[in-house]
Amino acid sequence: MDLLVIHLFNALLYASVLFLIAGGLSLIYGVMRIVNLAHGNLFALGAFITASAIGQWFAGSSSAWLYALIPLGALGAAALGAILEPTVLRPFYRRPEEYQLLVTFGILMILEDVIRFIWGPYPVSATTIFEKMGSMNVGDWIYPRYNLLVIAIGGLAGLFLWAFIYRTNFGILLRATSQDMRRASALGVNVNLVYVEAFTIGCFMAGLGGAIIVPSQSAVLGMGVDALVLSFIVVVVGGLGSLEGALVGALIVGLLRETAISMFPELELAVLYLIAAVVLLVRPAGLFGRAT
Amino acid sequence: MSAIALRPAAMRSPLWIAVWAVPIAAVLAVLPWVMDSYRTIQLAYGLIFAIAGLGFNLLLGYTGLLSFGHSAYFGVGAYTVAFMVKYLHVQSMELFVLGTIAAALLVTAVFGYVCVRYTRIFFSILTLALSQVLWSLAFKFFWVTGGTDGLRVPTPKLLGVVTGESEDKIHFLSHGYYYYVLAVFIVAVAVMWLVVHSPFGKALQAIRDNETRARFVGIRIRRYRFLAFLLSGVFTAIAGALWVPLNGLVTPDALVWTFSGEIVFMSVLGGFRNFTGPIVGAVVYNYLKDFAVGFTVYWQTLMGVVLVVLVMTLPTGIVGTAKLLAATARRRFAR
Repeated sequence: MDLLVIHLFNALLYASVLFLIAGGLSLIYGVMRIVNLAHGNLFALGAFITASAIGQWFAGSSSAWLYALIPLGALGAAALGAILEPTVLRPFYRRPEEYQLLVTFGILMILEDVIRFIWGPYPVSATTIFEKMGSMNVGDWIYPRYNLLVIAIGGLAGLFLWAFIYRTNFGILLRATSQDMRRASALGVNVNLVYVEAFTIGCFMAGLGGAIIVPSQSAVLGMGVDALVLSFIVVVVGGLGSLEGALVGALIVGLLRETAISMFPELELAVLYLIAAVVLLVRPAGLFGRAT
Repeated sequence: MSAIALRPAAMRSPLWIAVWAVPIAAVLAVLPWVMDSYRTIQLAYGLIFAIAGLGFNLLLGYTGLLSFGHSAYFGVGAYTVAFMVKYLHVQSMELFVLGTIAAALLVTAVFGYVCVRYTRIFFSILTLALSQVLWSLAFKFFWVTGGTDGLRVPTPKLLGVVTGESEDKIHFLSHGYYYYVLAVFIVAVAVMWLVVHSPFGKALQAIRDNETRARFVGIRIRRYRFLAFLLSGVFTAIAGALWVPLNGLVTPDALVWTFSGEIVFMSVLGGFRNFTGPIVGAVVYNYLKDFAVGFTVYWQTLMGVVLVVLVMTLPTGIVGTAKLLAATARRRFAR
């Protein structure tokens, strides 16, 4: 029973990070109809920035400050997103999908090397916070408290995002642009601005995902590419362009992965991809997707 | 597209093709005697990727489906050869190719059955996800596949007689094996040429250009897409089979999805709207990558910049741009 709780926590931990990555990917697709292959690298960037902020630059400071450093990775990823969208991606909205995928694939290759250039080939870790928070007892088992914080941040981020999109004025503009870009533009919405903001928010979420995971595991090269493929599974299961879908998809993938790991570890990834294929066969647009 | 419409029908006649193809084949045949063995081996890699690109482009250029999972079929070819060596102790290259075709048909039939139900971005994501299934299996079942250590493949026996055992391996690869690759490449080009200019190929292009109209004409869209998927996968798998002896080793890297991205890159570099585009793209890409890797450890940045600039400024690729320039020059000339 206690073991079940621990598995559940692990599933939720995984789901909340996945939700942050896949939610950003889905938001960007929903608004701009572009699948950003470089999205995983923004996640990795967030992880690396936070890791070196906590583990290297401010390694000696007091713990209260260290918590404030976690969002730094998210801000860095968001800043990069705000630069990338208007300069590199904007010329491609009217071009066929092949070119959109290719240009983001090019960005992926570049960002992969930028991270290698700045941080070198070795993993960067920032375990100070993780160790300071200690662990708690779950029955006969112990479980790190930090992981619960990650779950809480993931949940809060989801809540904020929902409130932002469905309860604010900007959210209305965002949804209007997503539904019909031309009409929104004709009604006076500054579509370019909405695009920059949506892309920045998407990148912020990916960066936050990386930033909150990094105290419990090191930032390593290639983590972005792995994360991207997993978040593809999430959006395929949940439906591309839907935030609810990203949430449900992340929960499904998180639970399935935890089950697969504890029961047949070799098939962990294969099970996830097969689930994605099965969902696509049954519901082509994903569980929450709109057929286009 | 107007540049192609301007070309007179005579330019597509067999005689005209021979005027182009024979000298190119002759040059490719002479090159091992002119270039050093390193460059020849690089050219062999390029020709192999060109076969993969030809297969890939049957889907992208002629059927309008962008696959981001073609590493799966390349890897199926490569691993089939490695398994045949390890478990069946086969040495003959011809048997490798036959085994690869059989294995690729099996895998592409399953994958294709699922994938051709979708088009556009969903097709891309689905092919990517399925290719990652194979990658994760190759990665995790290390007692079968060798995991990240991979499987070693010795030099094969060509046509039952030629082996590299008696001679230097580099010499074997840059001469005997190079000609083998060249022969397969020429056959592959010829077959693909016939396919895309057959009624079947025309039907694929009709589907690409307008699915609804193609359906009204009576083309069975899903079946045609499925057949194109099979053929495309088999071509790419043959490329994988040819690649293994050259590389000497197959690791899960041959299956990873970023390698699929490289296949897409090659086709777009050459120009996926042209028959010869992927061929030129693959050879150029291979030399470009070789240069970039030797030039800097940050070769990915260089390739990424090339890719971004390419799709921004030359969306029709090398061949497309060359044709456009040639057409402009011809019009000037005629005036």
